[in-house]
Amino acid sequence: MFKLLIRHGTTLLISLFGLTLLTFVLSQRGDSALHIYQSQHFMGQYLEYLQYLLAGDWGYSSIHNRPVLYDFLQHFPATIELVMLALLFAIIFGLTLGIMAANRRGKWLDNTLMGVTLAGYSMPIYWWGMLLVLLFSLTLGWTPVAGRIDYIYDVPPVTRFMLIDSLLSQDQYGFDAFFNALLHLILPAITLSTIPMAIIARMTRSSLLGVLKAEYIRTARSKGLSQQRIIWVHALRNALIPILTISGVQVSIIMSGVIITEYIFAWPGVGKWLLEAVSRRDFASIQAGILALSLLVIAFNLALDLLASYMNPRLRRPS
Amino acid sequence: MSSQPLTRTLLTALLSGLACWSCQPQGDIASNQRDSLLVYCSEGSPDAFNPQLVSSGTSYDATAHTIYNQLVTYNSGTTDIAPALAESWKISDDGTRYRFKLKEGVNFHGNQDFTPTRTLNADDVIFSFNRQRLSSHPFHEVSGGRYPYFYSQGLDQLILDINKVSDKEVEFVLSRPESPFLAILATPFASILSAEYAEVLQGLDRLEWIDSKPIGTGPFRFKRYEPDSYIRYEAFEDYFGGAPKIKDLVYSITPDAAMRFARFSAGECDIMSNPLPVHLRIARQNKLNILEIPGFNVAYWAFNVEKPPFHDVKVRQALSMAINREAILKAVYDRQAQIATSPIPPSSWAYNKQVSRVRYNTQQAKQLLAEAGYENGFTIDIWAMPIQRTYNPNARKMAEMMQQDLEKIGVKARIISYEWGTFLARVAQGLHHSVLLGWNADNGDPSNFLNPLLSCASARSGNNYAKWCHPTFDQLILNASQSSDIEKRKQYYLQAQALFKEEAPWLTIAHANKSLLTQPDVTGLVISPVGNVEFDKVSFNKGETPPDEDTN
Repeated sequence: MFKLLIRHGTTLLISLFGLTLLTFVLSQRGDSALHIYQSQHFMGQYLEYLQYLLAGDWGYSSIHNRPVLYDFLQHFPATIELVMLALLFAIIFGLTLGIMAANRRGKWLDNTLMGVTLAGYSMPIYWWGMLLVLLFSLTLGWTPVAGRIDYIYDVPPVTRFMLIDSLLSQDQYGFDAFFNALLHLILPAITLSTIPMAIIARMTRSSLLGVLKAEYIRTARSKGLSQQRIIWVHALRNALIPILTISGVQVSIIMSGVIITEYIFAWPGVGKWLLEAVSRRDFASIQAGILALSLLVIAFNLALDLLASYMNPRLRRPS
Repeated sequence: MSSQPLTRTLLTALLSGLACWSCQPQGDIASNQRDSLLVYCSEGSPDAFNPQLVSSGTSYDATAHTIYNQLVTYNSGTTDIAPALAESWKISDDGTRYRFKLKEGVNFHGNQDFTPTRTLNADDVIFSFNRQRLSSHPFHEVSGGRYPYFYSQGLDQLILDINKVSDKEVEFVLSRPESPFLAILATPFASILSAEYAEVLQGLDRLEWIDSKPIGTGPFRFKRYEPDSYIRYEAFEDYFGGAPKIKDLVYSITPDAAMRFARFSAGECDIMSNPLPVHLRIARQNKLNILEIPGFNVAYWAFNVEKPPFHDVKVRQALSMAINREAILKAVYDRQAQIATSPIPPSSWAYNKQVSRVRYNTQQAKQLLAEAGYENGFTIDIWAMPIQRTYNPNARKMAEMMQQDLEKIGVKARIISYEWGTFLARVAQGLHHSVLLGWNADNGDPSNFLNPLLSCASARSGNNYAKWCHPTFDQLILNASQSSDIEKRKQYYLQAQALFKEEAPWLTIAHANKSLLTQPDVTGLVISPVGNVEFDKVSFNKGETPPDEDTN
């Protein structure tokens, strides 16, 4: 376990070095210097840059007249709320659909599901989001079009997680505000989760089919275990390991998708903030946003890698 | 036997949950608030809650007529100056001293850190201008210390001093007579802040709150801003113009136009800003309410007179005649504009009705070119601005249509475009043959069109991209700026416009309309002539739908 931590730690350090070097070089390119450096040398300035980052000084937005880290932290909870729900959708529905397909391999259900996931996989998010709005919001009127909560609920920001804040204002609105906030989350989360869900479904199916061919499954079957029990108890745990690793990649897909999703649904998160910064040439904000999102992806990948290693003895000790 | 039943149960549960939430009746509190809450779907986030610090229309919309007031304003629907915070004013005979008498009993907002103890007086006016004007002012450097409008208009040179005559009287001393000065004072940057609040903040050592927790005299009190999400205002009960009829005002920030229209269609907002032409078409078909005013802007095609063959006035006239503007109006503006005959829009008091419109006439254009010695035609560049603006929604498409028109008279045109910053820099250097650009006026005075766009000074360094410097024209607009007699000014401007038409340094293309979509029950909404939205008279009319307010 110790060796494992060292191995992952080294990878982490190398990625962090590459990432900060990149943002540092980019920061030298902007119109105005973001930090003032004492050193004349490139590496010296880079070290000073790291010190600034660690001290929480990520630059100053000339457009908003605020430290960019402040802006980032204001927008971040909205993004996390959306990403978490999307990830939850992607995993629950992706797994379920994958298992259903593997169960009915070669039958019409399998073919239909694989066709549908292929479509989902290649769906342009922007168009898909609009389509969902057209159907669920404008035609059926089931969900709101955009935003985080109806404006009749005047919910003061405390944690900036709308689901939590709406519960905090329970005295005034009961659970109405909470359900309203949840309702606002559904369409953006579905839009954002479509691609990773399709990928997870396809991965689950192929991984499960691979495991189902194994000797021990045949043994289990010969012992007269039911198909349900074989799949849920014996096959799934082993089939899940590659899926877990793939989920790390999904996080980066979700992070790039969240920018578009937030734009469509007027969702006040990091993605919308970054897009605005790009259109206004707010270099300080762009760099801080990229750095923060990349750090998040790296952290997620690391966590999932560790989890996968924990679940799979073969990965724990490389030969 | 398989996992199907489980999944089906899950899906059914989720779907019924969805349906249940949406059909859930709103609570009593909620439905009461719905009646007094106005939601405006706006196109972007404001940069600051102080119009002195910003230069974008979005920021002005969020501040100038909600939180603040100015000394003077426009009579609704016209460009005539009317009293606002100032009750009356006197201009000295030489036109360099403006003395304003302030209204009595104008209250400021309060917030958790500040409770006003007095009404508006001369100190507030002096504070608001000196903060921008004097670099030694304690608030000058707060929030970046940049005042784009104040300095780009040269007001630091124009205003020599501001004197407190009495508690309710204040006098501006100018370095030269400048008749557009009143119109300038009606612009958002001239909003009046509270000097008393500034003092309190100095005591708290939180100077920057003056721009982030704003206090003004306007109809709405700032309550909260969630970046990129919404701005929440409350009605100010003690507003000197009478308390607004709505209780809560929310700007819902929705940058994507399609989504804004979707929200409007679903009833999530009562008013939608900046609809696209396609939205207006849908709105017309469905008999939705459109509030539309002729915009205070102009789109033009400027000929660089320093580059042959455009030094020849006949060439400029010929090319002007060769363009079919009717077709452009239809294809590029979807008819949400009117053909421009002068740089000044017809709603201005200085508009010259006598000047006739350039007629589209290919034959005559060819003949003029032949007279100028270009019967075999030539090749030119058309620089098309790369971004979308109210005054020109699609310059590229416009340029392509012009390309075809010009081919009919034997002139070949190449379309050139750069990224916006580079584009402006290169056009300022005069590298273009001709350029498609436009202008949005910031105040209602005609000088705001002619001086920055066509004067000799701005040809040397400024926005005169035709590089056209005509001494007579220049003298006319200078005289007009210095005279304080409105009739005389009008005469100067009429002559200037006639001269402009003869000389044809531009082909004026269009004045685009400014429009908003409103729900049928919204009444009393006003757009100021320069395009700012005003909500203080808005109310909900629950009864019959008001008559169509389409003014086109």
